[in-house]
Amino acid sequence: MMLELRGLTKTYPGHDRRTVEGLSLTVPQGSLTALLGPSGAGKSTVMQMIAGLQAPDAGDIRLGGKSILDVPPERRGVVLVFQNAPLFPHLTLAQNVGFGLRMRGLSAPVVAAEVAAMLERVQLAGLGNRRPHELSGGQVQRGALARALVLKPDLLLLDEPLSNLDAGLRDEMRALIMTLQRETGVTTVVVTHDQAEAVVLADRIALLLDGRLAQVAAPREIFARPATLAVARFFGGVNFLAGRVTGGAFDCALGRLPLPRGVADRGVADRGVADRPGTLTIRPEAVRLGQGDGALSARVIGTTFLGTQTRVELSVSGQRLEALLAPEAASALIPGQLLDVTLPTEALWLIPEDQKHG
Amino acid sequence: MRADRVRLLAGMALALWLVLPLVPLAIWSVAHGWRFPDLLPVAWSFKAWSHAFSASSGVLHGLGQSMLIASVATALAILVGVPAGRALGLYRFRGKQLVLLLLVAPVLVPPIAIAPGLHGVFLQLGLTGGVPGVILAHLIPVIPYMTLVMAAVFGRFDTSHEAQARSLGARPWQVFAHVTLPAILPGLLTGALFAFLVSWSQYLLTLVIGGGRVQTLPLVLYGFATSGRNDLTGAIAILYILPGALVLALTARFLTGRAPGLAP
Repeated sequence: MMLELRGLTKTYPGHDRRTVEGLSLTVPQGSLTALLGPSGAGKSTVMQMIAGLQAPDAGDIRLGGKSILDVPPERRGVVLVFQNAPLFPHLTLAQNVGFGLRMRGLSAPVVAAEVAAMLERVQLAGLGNRRPHELSGGQVQRGALARALVLKPDLLLLDEPLSNLDAGLRDEMRALIMTLQRETGVTTVVVTHDQAEAVVLADRIALLLDGRLAQVAAPREIFARPATLAVARFFGGVNFLAGRVTGGAFDCALGRLPLPRGVADRGVADRGVADRPGTLTIRPEAVRLGQGDGALSARVIGTTFLGTQTRVELSVSGQRLEALLAPEAASALIPGQLLDVTLPTEALWLIPEDQKHG
Repeated sequence: MRADRVRLLAGMALALWLVLPLVPLAIWSVAHGWRFPDLLPVAWSFKAWSHAFSASSGVLHGLGQSMLIASVATALAILVGVPAGRALGLYRFRGKQLVLLLLVAPVLVPPIAIAPGLHGVFLQLGLTGGVPGVILAHLIPVIPYMTLVMAAVFGRFDTSHEAQARSLGARPWQVFAHVTLPAILPGLLTGALFAFLVSWSQYLLTLVIGGGRVQTLPLVLYGFATSGRNDLTGAIAILYILPGALVLALTARFLTGRAPGLAP
């Protein structure tokens, strides 16, 4: 079901700063949305408020168009899978998965059948009689997912579902979450601090910085078109040029760079002036070496081999820029070398001045 | 092998240390004339036992009173100690150190020091000379034991299991019954065992508050011991030890996670 958060605010007693401040967010039915943010951004608090385990100080939570603020957690149709949601240690895997069904008073045969079918779906068939300590970390996480999904919730909340897993298991678990989400169509919100994970997993990313919603967009969109400098930085943005927008182009230390259609108008509606300060940004992986339209002369400062890519630090007219290149394209570069770089016009993005600190 | 043998010897020494003092008591209870320097009694008899079990001796009545008082005191201590221990184990609050100090106080302060004052207070409240007053007095040393044990138990308790259960559709009482209780049960049994035994072995508070009208087993035992009836004293002493030993044997599995005995 569609989830709507409206002006959600929460301050913990004894804390000066609000943990969550005026958060408004709509999660469309059937979507897999990542609630992304650095640790301490208030993500887990938001999840607990949606699940009914914490009460917001202000704001509303609506599920399927109805406010669920007054509904106790066990009747919300929302299941939160905790980050440290190891299975209940005193129960077997099957008893764990059947826990919610038993609490609803379903008969033992019905519970057993549902549990068996669910264990099959998460590839844990035949392990039902094991205790949690007899299961691997990956199996425990899959069991925790099964324990939630077997309840067929209207909304599934996963708090850092991959954080306790090794790299290999992480990919496996991520694929399983995506598959099961697609199959069941359950509206899902995943909390994560890892932007790479959010990009792969989710069809929408809601970025939470300092308790406020910084941007909501599809992964590609949020990468290419960050709303603020903070968003750009969170997604690995490193190239920022201060300057002014005038007549569809950007004046800065590198000279006058033409802006793509639409980008130059950003913020005009708010300000109503065509000449205004702003920050130009370009993804490091979009920077090209070699001659081309509007090529700039650059000097290589240094290179760092990152495995799949090489980071090249450049100085262009005294302005530092970074480029991420395929290692073979950068292998011949040496510090001090002079070369031409191109900033493709379609890759330029403008952050208006008043949203610098948002 | 060597370490095993040392461990076995140490275990046996400890067992002997605990059991040896009971041997003369057991012999006394079935002796008919046993004088120094005889190694064993000259004749055997079950007279002491049959007298102990007769209604006139008051032993069975004392056993019943002790059982009643210790059970009720334990039940009340659980009711107070579990929520209090939870608060102490899980939350930080103003004055927590003071509460902890007050809780330890009855364990540190000898009962004899507070008994006279306590008697005065109970007298004014009309609580002397009856079982309810004695139970109330027993709670003074019993509740701290229970609460401190539960505080330690909850100190290691992860409440995220409770929140998780709630989100999985469990109502608050279901969370307690299906998640909290199984997690704290071993500690709860330990605490209850302590609580029961603290009340069970209480002599002074029973004497002072009960005013001699509440005759628990230790009071009956002391009466016979001071009147020189070694045979009856032996029999009652064995009866007196029995419940504790029995409860310990039954709960040892919960407390240590294995069956009683020297072998693992």
